[in-house]
Amino acid sequence: MRTLISDVLVIGAGLAGERAAIASAQAGLDVTMLSLVPPRRSHSAAAQGGMQASLGNSAKGKGDNPTVHWLDTVKGSDWGADQEVARIFADNAPIAMREMAHFGVPWNRVEGGPREVYIKGKKTTIVEDEANEGLITARDFGGTAKWRTCYTADGTGHTVLYAMDNLAVQLDITIHDRMEALSLIHEDGACIGAVVRSLRDGEILNYLAKATVIATGGYGRLYGESTNAIINEGTGSAIALQTGLVPLGNMEAVQFHPTGIVPTDILVTEGCRGDGGLLLDVDEYRFMPEYEPEKQELASRDVVSRRMKQHILKGKGVQSSYGEHLWLDLRHLGEKHLTTKLREVYDICMYFIGVNPIKELIPVRPTQHYSMGGIRVNKDGMAYGLKGLFALGEVACWDMHGFNRLGGNSLAETVVAGMVVGEKIADYANSAELNANISLGEKFAKEQTDLIEHLLTNPGEEDVYALRDEIAELLKDHVHIFRTGEGLEKAVAGLKEILGRLKNVKVKATAPGMNPELSQALRIKGMAQQAYIIAKGALLRTESRGAHTREDYPARDDKNWLNRTLASWPLGADEPEFNYEPVGPLDLPPGDRGYGGGQMINMDLSLEEYNAKVDAEQKALGKQDTSEPTGVSLPKEAWREESPYKDAK
Amino acid sequence: MARTLTFKIFRYNPTKDNDEPHIDTFKLEETPRLNLFTALHRIRENQAPDLMYDFVCRAGICGSCAMMINGRPTLACRTLTADLADTIELYPLPFFKLLGDLSVDTGVWFHDMAKRLESWIHTTKEFDPTAEEERMDNTTANKIYESERCIECGCCVAACATAQVYPDFLGAAGLNRVGRFLFDPRDTRGEQEWFELVSTDAGVFGCIGMMACDDVCPKDLPLLEVFSYIRRKMNAGVKVAVTEMDLPA
Repeated sequence: MRTLISDVLVIGAGLAGERAAIASAQAGLDVTMLSLVPPRRSHSAAAQGGMQASLGNSAKGKGDNPTVHWLDTVKGSDWGADQEVARIFADNAPIAMREMAHFGVPWNRVEGGPREVYIKGKKTTIVEDEANEGLITARDFGGTAKWRTCYTADGTGHTVLYAMDNLAVQLDITIHDRMEALSLIHEDGACIGAVVRSLRDGEILNYLAKATVIATGGYGRLYGESTNAIINEGTGSAIALQTGLVPLGNMEAVQFHPTGIVPTDILVTEGCRGDGGLLLDVDEYRFMPEYEPEKQELASRDVVSRRMKQHILKGKGVQSSYGEHLWLDLRHLGEKHLTTKLREVYDICMYFIGVNPIKELIPVRPTQHYSMGGIRVNKDGMAYGLKGLFALGEVACWDMHGFNRLGGNSLAETVVAGMVVGEKIADYANSAELNANISLGEKFAKEQTDLIEHLLTNPGEEDVYALRDEIAELLKDHVHIFRTGEGLEKAVAGLKEILGRLKNVKVKATAPGMNPELSQALRIKGMAQQAYIIAKGALLRTESRGAHTREDYPARDDKNWLNRTLASWPLGADEPEFNYEPVGPLDLPPGDRGYGGGQMINMDLSLEEYNAKVDAEQKALGKQDTSEPTGVSLPKEAWREESPYKDAK
Repeated sequence: MARTLTFKIFRYNPTKDNDEPHIDTFKLEETPRLNLFTALHRIRENQAPDLMYDFVCRAGICGSCAMMINGRPTLACRTLTADLADTIELYPLPFFKLLGDLSVDTGVWFHDMAKRLESWIHTTKEFDPTAEEERMDNTTANKIYESERCIECGCCVAACATAQVYPDFLGAAGLNRVGRFLFDPRDTRGEQEWFELVSTDAGVFGCIGMMACDDVCPKDLPLLEVFSYIRRKMNAGVKVAVTEMDLPA
């Protein structure tokens, strides 16, 4: 078999993976990127609304700074985030936006003078500062004190990905597309590469490297009904989990976006509401101000999705043959706005559901959208439990999002983590020795070829697509916006049963080459394991925090649950192992988010007591040493100087 | 009453010994708002487990799923069966390397195109992380975005008469990319550099003006405007070159 060797192997060539690859290439390292699809088709391209960064150039962003962005992010996370990582992110986001401008992104810019906008349902005139003419502008998004989301119309992910890939082409970074990593090769607690299957011709080959990077995006497709691209099946987090050494963090933290369209579950951006769009019920009544008088349609996504579901349960949903939904009203924004700044949304509505948003209401409902959980990494992006393995972007639990991420923070995370973690990866690869243990690689590859042989020849009768659908049904029915112990028990039992049936999966397609059914069959175990971890983690977490809402435990419980779930799956074990670690150093004390309501059970430790145990407890669960000590990037009580809501938008 | 649709799908697996290109026929019950993304998945999952095609975003954004649908190149994900007759013929895009059945290798072609055109901002400026961003007026930003909206689906190249007979032709996607960087004040390439890059048969002068690209572009890119802009620019380039030659030694 072929073994290809480079300094850095990047699995996944969306925004996070490419930005990290670029950092290594610029440091003079030999980089190979693998991707299921051509890089520009990665799911990053589908991000519409924008990226949060506190540039503060627009009139409604005046007074913004990284501290205010950090505050919004920590509150948005319902205090589940690692506050130091959120700080590293907020501090670097403005630099990343400007760097992307330098790389060629045609960000929308400030146009000085008065303009009409919709704020909280009312037409208002704001005056953009002439002195800021031509600087990067921003739109409004949910859960933020300032207008902070930088954008190119509603094609932000697309333009940023194209600019990034242009740079990757310029730097001549090797890209092998239509490649799927099946397992990680490791020995003595260090990752040395991956076993890979070509989706062009089915070849199995090995890639060895000093540093291996996973940037494969989220696991939204486990839910079936998801805004995610069909490639987002948790492939990267699966291979990390299957080492038995690397834990996944907070897998039960799953985001439901308020505005997936019905049917098809395609996303229409939060920018719709940021630009003034309204949510209406069956009576065409605007219900959000009743639930959330302050933030209205622009509370955080977990809150808006919960309120929508709550309103539907009150009998205010619109009946349709695709189930109940609510309406998104953009009509008042007018034709010009909808065919320029929200043009993708306009196209999606016209082509996919035959709705003209200039004249008609858009049917929407909360739909699975984002995976807060993922491969648990330290602040340098290195995985717990395995040296030389890094993860970043949606696949990682770096953990700036905690239990709910703000809109515009994930696309920004890809380029910021790409920049910050990318540098750490390059540093690591520059000092690491290559372990070119080809025979070890071949041993790992043989496990995969044996598995393929089993899938093609075993006498079982399980259909992989049927199993995939069963997993999705269980998650949809029991591990959705509102969760109960009873429902979660059912999901856990059902998924356990599915795990037992996996050995009987039989692939019917026998032709050589791409074999899409075999690809699905090779993924199904990782999907079932992760679904199980989501459900079991949700069952064990007897509180409500961010997007994790337990009807039977409605309070956020900072006394018992101000922690992060870590799930690992020891080799050969029937069950995953659950551990809990402190969320990270606390600087902003847990408090009310300012939206969403809900009860709280206060922590009984002081911040000092909590912070004193962070490092030791995290290290005991596999955290690798970081290049700088824990907490040094978190300036103490800087937030006391900022009162973000005093001159709120 | 629900229709029974007949799909006639081009099949060929180049990795399979002795396989010959052929057409397979499948029947499928039409359901409300059925699109070709769902239809092809139903066929694959219930009738033809080895059927090859490409979808990623299934929302008309990523450009993966272009194919010939009843003879016309377009995105399969956003094609509704309700807009088609009872019999639906599906072929892979021509021009691009066939990977199998309806799957073609657009990724490698577009990657090579980006390389040929040096599809990146040419500048001698270094990024300064401490400095304010360089200003740009919003009209310019919007103009760049218009061309930047290309999703590299390949429909324009598949529909292009020149491309079918001249494989080096950059196609509308390539020329549109030239326009995108020509519009961009951050790119310092001069007219002479652009002239050498695109004033050839493989570039803007290979186009025979039938403009099928403009008809089929799923993103409604302003290809006509971009082409005429590039041609005007290049003609200006020729004038400069001629004047230079006429100068006495």
